[in-house]
Amino acid sequence: MHPLIQSLVEAGPVTTDGAWGTQLQARGLALGEFPDTWNLSHPDCVREVAAAYVAAGSGVILTNTFGANRIRLAEVGQPGAVTEINRRGVELSSDAANGRARVFASIGPSGKLLLDGQITAEELHAAFAEQAHALAGAGADALVIETMTDLEEAKLVVAAARETGLPVVACMVFDSGKAKDRTMMGQTPEQAAEALTQSGADVIGANCGQGIAGFISICKRLRAATDRPIWIKPNAGLPTVVAGQAQYSATANEFAAFVPSLVEAGAQFIGGCCGTNPEFVAEIRRVVGRKAT
Amino acid sequence: MPDLRELHSAILRGDAKAAHTVTEQALAEGIDPLQLVNEYMIPAMDEVGRRFECSEYFVPELLISARAMKSALELIRPLLTARGDKPAGRVAIGTVRGDLHDIGKNLVASLLEGGGFEVIDLGVNVSPETFISTIKEKNANIIAMSALLTTTMPAMKTTIEALKQAGVRDKVKVLIGGAPITQKYADEIGADGYSENAVGAVALAKKACSLAA
Repeated sequence: MHPLIQSLVEAGPVTTDGAWGTQLQARGLALGEFPDTWNLSHPDCVREVAAAYVAAGSGVILTNTFGANRIRLAEVGQPGAVTEINRRGVELSSDAANGRARVFASIGPSGKLLLDGQITAEELHAAFAEQAHALAGAGADALVIETMTDLEEAKLVVAAARETGLPVVACMVFDSGKAKDRTMMGQTPEQAAEALTQSGADVIGANCGQGIAGFISICKRLRAATDRPIWIKPNAGLPTVVAGQAQYSATANEFAAFVPSLVEAGAQFIGGCCGTNPEFVAEIRRVVGRKAT
Repeated sequence: MPDLRELHSAILRGDAKAAHTVTEQALAEGIDPLQLVNEYMIPAMDEVGRRFECSEYFVPELLISARAMKSALELIRPLLTARGDKPAGRVAIGTVRGDLHDIGKNLVASLLEGGGFEVIDLGVNVSPETFISTIKEKNANIIAMSALLTTTMPAMKTTIEALKQAGVRDKVKVLIGGAPITQKYADEIGADGYSENAVGAVALAKKACSLAA
């Protein structure tokens, strides 16, 4: 196991963080505005979100860099800002963490489908290598490849990320099929765990797609299919839109009630995805406890 | 004389080359293109849809089957157009304003084409005005909207309101979809249909044009 990961998990399950998009919206990010650009235009707000998670008890926080690859940045007219946005993202999280939490930098999907010929493997590799190197160069402790919907893309991104030498977390969305236990492309937790372990990911997991209840079984299946530690970040249930605002069904308490089962199922990094906030993190931390930091 | 069941089978297994070859041979032998469409191609896509609904097929299978369907349609469409046959419906599809996600939208567009619809793909970040002008200028009779984010969902409501303001709401059926979308939301904003996946979208579109689903 990678020494950093080892040192983190040996004291018990690690509390990670919660949603960033909604936290930034609460601070003024407009509907449809690309969150990652706020690293440049509203750094204080970004730092505040990071700080709120650290204060709530996150042992690992992520960065506001989910979409900061050149493919997605090109869609908002800023393909050249990759290095700057990623660098600032790590700096802001590191400032906020101030040694009290580790900074695992976020890498999200390209938004293009390999199978449909919208992009090539080479283009994907180049874009993600660029992002990964920028994040590593700015001092991230690890890289989190998250919300992946296509195992083929995920494998490519893991390969690109590993070039930096940092530990790599790789997680996929399982929200399809009758049992909501497949990726959009039809891959099972077993297939994902096997392929990502082979690709060299240090931590393997699942995030987004559904509320916490469905993650217990997914976590068990991932755990059974790999020797790597497991990373889980469920949504706070499903959103409904009330008066133009998204509201999520699960409260922090309801979410946290499932955490013991998640721990039992083998989760070693636990946080939340869409709809969660510092309150959720505080509840997770309370349930999980921490013997030593 | 080619075995036409091979056309059905080629689409089902996503073999675009075979679908194209059999269609080519069949048309050369004088087989009615509409017979190919109605007796072999559409039933094949219906079966693809059924397998998707029971989780035997996933997105990759949908994609390659749609591709096989389209490679056959490529040969047939000009013949149908030449003799004045109309498509099942004309769909203007797009991801709503503020949203750049298009994988789902592209999949639906692909399947709608496979289902015999004429599809006008407006792309992503589509304003209500663009939907309206497509209805007016291209006679779209179905509007299909996609959104991936809860933050861009409200644009669906805005678009429907804009359609009403422009006096074209009753000229079209409005179908919506996307990860955060629900039937409840569709009912709330007055959409005509919601489907949780691309296969359902085709069924909805057919219903909207009053064809057998």
